[in-house]
Formats: sequence, C-alpha cells, structure tokens
Amino acid sequence: MVNKGTIIYEPGNSINNKTGSWRVFKPILDNDKCIKCENCYIFCPEGCIQPDENGDFKIDYDYCKGCLICEEECPVKAITGIREEK
Amino acid sequence: MQNVKVITGTSAAAEAAKLADVDVIAAYPITPQTTSVEKLAEFVANGELNAEYIKVESEHSAISACVGASATGARTFTATSSQGLALMHEILFAAAGMRMPIVMMNANRALSAPINIWNDQQDSISQRDTGWIQLYAENNQETLDLIIQAFKIAENENVLLPVMVNLDGFILTHTVEPVEIPEKEKVLNFVGQYEPKHAYLRPEKPMTQGALGDPEWYMETRHDVQKAQDVALNVIKDVHDKFAEKFGRAYGNGLIETYNIENAETVLITMGSLCGTIKDVIDELKAEGKEYGLLKIISYRPLPTEEIKEALKGAKNVAILDKDISLGLDKGALFTDIAPFLKDKKTVNYIVGLGGRDIRKANIKEIIEHTENEAKDTETKWIGLKE
Ligand code: SF4
Ligand code: SF4
Repeated sequence: MVNKGTIIYEPGNSINNKTGSWRVFKPILDNDKCIKCENCYIFCPEGCIQPDENGDFKIDYDYCKGCLICEEECPVKAITGIREEK
Repeated sequence: MQNVKVITGTSAAAEAAKLADVDVIAAYPITPQTTSVEKLAEFVANGELNAEYIKVESEHSAISACVGASATGARTFTATSSQGLALMHEILFAAAGMRMPIVMMNANRALSAPINIWNDQQDSISQRDTGWIQLYAENNQETLDLIIQAFKIAENENVLLPVMVNLDGFILTHTVEPVEIPEKEKVLNFVGQYEPKHAYLRPEKPMTQGALGDPEWYMETRHDVQKAQDVALNVIKDVHDKFAEKFGRAYGNGLIETYNIENAETVLITMGSLCGTIKDVIDELKAEGKEYGLLKIISYRPLPTEEIKEALKGAKNVAILDKDISLGLDKGALFTDIAPFLKDKKTVNYIVGLGGRDIRKANIKEIIEHTENEAKDTETKWIGLKE
C-alpha cells in the first residue's frame, strides 16, 4: 500500500519498491554450469545476485532490472538472458 | 446582533480566510483577485490575523510555497485568477497528489489571447483534472461560506485534498453585497484546529514527501485521489449540513442547489453568479404562470452525477450553460460531463459570457425559448455571437 500523499515515513524503505518490474530481459542462472567465480555477484549493479546457504548463486528477481551485465560477465556462460514474460 | 458588512467578493474571501485563522498565505496579485490578497496583507500587517504572509515573485512560487507550508502542517491559503492559475498548473497536481489541504480562492477570468481580464470560467475548468476539489459560488455571501466550509472539507482525514473556491471575476470580486460575517469563535469552533496526521515536518519523525513514484506506484496514487474525491461527495454534504445548522444558511445539499425544479419540464444547468440571474428570470416567468427550473452546480469536482440525475428526473429539456469552451469539440465542460447521464432528455449546450460578455435576462429567456422550441438534441449554440 502507498501512504496517503506517497509520504515515506521510514528511512531506507526503497527495499519496498520492487524495481524488478522494469525488466525486459530476464537472466536465468544455471548452477550446474556455474564455477562460483562471483563475477556476477560483483558486477550486478543492483546487488541482487547472492549465494545461498549452499553456495549456489540466486538472482533476486524483485530487484533485477534485466541489464544482463551478469550474462556478459559470466566466463562460462552460465547466465542466459531470455525475454521477460509476465 | 448580526455583523453585516457591505463588501466585495474578494473581501468576503479574505474575511473567510481570516475567520478560519490561516497560518500561512502565499499569493501573487493578479486582476481581479488582487484586492483579496491586499486585504489579507492588511489583516496580517495590522495584527488582525496572526499568519505568515509569504511574498513571492509569481503564482508558480505562490502555490509552491503553499505546498511547502502545508507540508509542515500549516493551514494554508492562496488566491489567484486566470493566467496565474494557469501558471500554477504544474504544482496543482503536486498539491493534490501530495494530499495537501490547501484552500484557494480563484477569481474566474478568461485566458489570453487576446488579453482579457473579465469573467469566464475557462481558467478553473482547465484545471479540472488536477485532483483539486472545485466549488463555485453564486454570490459574495456564498463565497465566504464556501471558503469556511472548504477548510473543513480539505482537512477531513479521509479527503485531504486541496479545494478551489471559484467566484466570477468582477461580477462578484468587484461588486459589493451585504455579507454576514460570523463570529470568529464560532467559525473556529466549526472548522476546528488542523491537526495533520499524514504529513508534517518534525525532527523526531523524519519523512520524505513528494517522492518519486515509479510505475509500480504512480497509478495507485492517482486512484487514491479518485477515491478521496468519491469520499468528498459525502463530506461536502455533511460539512454543508453542519454549516447550515450552525450558521443558518443552506445551499441545496451542498453539492447542488435546485430552484423551482419540481414542476419544470425545462431546466437550466450552470454554475456561479449566472445562477442569480436565472433565478430572477424563473421568478418573472413564474409570475406569468410558466414553470422553469434551475440546477446549480456548486461542486464541479467531485461531480455529483447521482444527485444531478435524481434532480432532473422530471425534466424533458435540459439547457446546459457553459462559461467555457473545449475548442475542437465545440462543447463546454458541464455539457460534456453531464449530458452522457441524461440520454433520455433533450440536452442543449449554450456557450455564454466568454471573456466577460454580459448575460442578460433577455439572453436567458432566449435560451429557454430556443431549448423548448427550436433546439436539436446535443446542439451547441453560442449566445450573442456577432456574425
Ligand atoms: S540482469 Fe543486471 S540486474 Fe539482473 S541480475 Fe544480471 S546484472 Fe543484476
Ligand atoms: S559469473 Fe557465472 S560462473 Fe561466475 S558465479 Fe556468476 S554464474 Fe557462476
């Protein structure tokens, strides 16, 4: 819900704004191919690629804006951009 | 003992703002609003009104200052007209979207070119989609009464929208009428203190106002304003009833006012000072045994479509008089808004009084005559146009 007059009462609440709706392309990460080099983790401008507890990399699609920098940077082509479908 | 002053419409507006004890006024002088802000400046200067008067270099700054002031939780008032209102256009959206209960008096005046300082309602009509509530006064007393009510409507927790009270330039702004000035105590008691809960700047609770609303949120905020406009329909009625009870003056149901509509097959619809002339004509014709009715729109936004439909149940012919024109469509705003709800009646649009052209009783009689006898449905006729 939006506050009346779009007033924002707490600091840092941009986490509530799911910027992932901007996406045209969606990166798909194949953990079987992934060599855990962390390139995507470092280069993602949205900081939305993180390893999970098993060390597998996961993309947070709520914030991924589909720039596909991760696809570009992945040395083993473990990330593929596909057209976003809603 | 009643306190009656013989004053102009702009003075009535200034008196109303004073009675509501506004905290901040920011305004730029423009004909025919000027005398109103002069009066307010005088009130502040001589200590009659304890408010901050912000001098600005344009209307864009005036309304911006008002938004800023309102965002701190201050009761805020401004006044403008025509080109000045047009210059405010950009910020009018911000005021409504940010839900700032600012009250404005607008002296209705034509827009250039050619330069014209006289009355029509094109200025406020051109702002109809900004989200502001728009009320139209018929006379100076109603101006004062509407502005007092406007604060209570705007500041209602479920409304929180800015309200524009419109009065016809020169016709009301510069002519004097006896106006009853209620006691300040009584008005303050009615309007109450503005205690903003949604927005006011304070260091202990920082907040961001006027933030970016990306595609994820923008639509919701516009929908929110629409919901508030819906709620305002009831709030306006309610505030009106309470006002009527306390001050003894009533205007229809607060949204619309009907005059001799019960027995009339032909009804005229319009807003503002023209309603006074029409009431006179209706009385004259009634004396001759002819029944005509008037539906006066007080609240143009929100537009009370249900009330309008209900009031016109018995009518066959409806003449809609617009002091504005949507060029390229050849229709006025009231007509385009109301005619779709009146499919079972003959609806005729009259464009009248643009740029201060006088609308006389004879014109009203001509309109009635034409509506009944010659007019075709959904026709547009410009009254008094030189060939
Ligand atoms: S597409 Fe861009 S935003 Fe999305 S995960 Fe890859 S680098 Fe990050
Ligand atoms: S860049 Fe490719 S290989 Fe490296 S961690 Fe990311 S997905 Fe795995």
